[in-house]
Amino acid sequence: MREEPLVRWDWIGRNWPSIQSLLEDHVVMSLVPIVVGLLVALPLGLACVRWRGIYQPTMSLMNVTYSLPSLAVFVMLIPVTGLATRATVIVPLVFYSLAVLIPAVVDGLGSVPDHVRQSAVAMGFTPLRRLLLVELPIAVPVVLAGLRVAAVSSISLVSVGALVGRGGLGYLFIDGWQRQFYTPIIVGVVLVVLLAAIADALLVLAQRLLTPWSRARGTA
Amino acid sequence: MNWLVDFFGDPANWSGPDGIPVRLTEHLQFSTVALLLAMLVALPLGLWIGHTGRGALLVVLSANAARALPTLGLLVLVVLLAGLSTDLPVLIPLVALAVPPILVNTYEGVRGVDPDLRDAAYGMGLRGGQVLGRVLVPVALPLILLGLRLAAIQVVATATVAAFVGLGGLGRYVVDGFATNDYPRTLGGAVLVALLALLVQLVFVLIQRLLVSPGVRRRNAVR
Repeated sequence: MREEPLVRWDWIGRNWPSIQSLLEDHVVMSLVPIVVGLLVALPLGLACVRWRGIYQPTMSLMNVTYSLPSLAVFVMLIPVTGLATRATVIVPLVFYSLAVLIPAVVDGLGSVPDHVRQSAVAMGFTPLRRLLLVELPIAVPVVLAGLRVAAVSSISLVSVGALVGRGGLGYLFIDGWQRQFYTPIIVGVVLVVLLAAIADALLVLAQRLLTPWSRARGTA
Repeated sequence: MNWLVDFFGDPANWSGPDGIPVRLTEHLQFSTVALLLAMLVALPLGLWIGHTGRGALLVVLSANAARALPTLGLLVLVVLLAGLSTDLPVLIPLVALAVPPILVNTYEGVRGVDPDLRDAAYGMGLRGGQVLGRVLVPVALPLILLGLRLAAIQVVATATVAAFVGLGGLGRYVVDGFATNDYPRTLGGAVLVALLALLVQLVFVLIQRLLVSPGVRRRNAVR
């Protein structure tokens, strides 16, 4: 093998436009599952709290889904969602997010102290206002903790999609492997980890903004 | 469904070095070795950190790293750096990704044991090691097993992806089928991998039923 530096900066410079478009694709494919996951998990989580009986079956189904390897699910979805489309990657990731977010919503609502709920009732809150103004805000830390896990996992899982033709930055791994060339692989790993760190930091920031009282009390 | 009949109905797929029995055995062997190595590292470490409370930061960092690192990138990078001569380099990322779920859940399991229970054990005259072995581990067992289950699932999935860098196992069908536009082969491999993952899940549920004391309440896993 030729003597080569581990990272060739000139390659990065020359290929930046294509790296950028892969990055954008990656962001979309990992962001959509998190947002859709949250939008679906909130009502489902509420339903699981309201009707305790459906929680166990829902979670069993989610655990089974979560245990399926992503590559296998991508492959099985190809006839439905098409080859190398965003949907092939996004749909399974929505389900992985749900497996993390539904219990987060249920546990979050479970973390509301009973005396707080009773005070809200005594103060004349209607059930809907109590949910929106009291229970959900108290549930925020637990829900956001779940969201952080879901976000970071989605961002890293998208790259597996490269094996079925659509994996955002994951393409750089395939490219680097086929040419035995380190630079794209390292760029890909660094960008994926960086994206995950940024998403995580934004969610931590969101939690600080959404729950100012936890800071005032000195607990995070 | 026709695709599946094409793949599973072909007698050529049931024998020889690329037959389903051989590929399944490879997959199981590799996954088992990786899981055992990961257990060897993560179980003692998790028990020790949970018991002593020292090094908790390590647990958090490893969990975050394992979630953020892209499997495919890690595999490609490690195997390129280490060379392709044997299958050993592939074991490195496989084990590295299996350690954190075991470590985190073992740690959380031991740490989350009711302090009153721990104090009662000390009060009865048990020493540190005995408290760990007779009280903390049995009570933490549901979470420890959940960690092992998540790690096993992770290993089976990563071993599939590792076919891309030349590892045997069921992932071969997925990768080779994709490379040769043989969708029945790819799909057949994917179905086998999914079935294997479900089987692993089932085995762990059974182990849980057998080993966990009925008096121990189930707590939540850390993904």
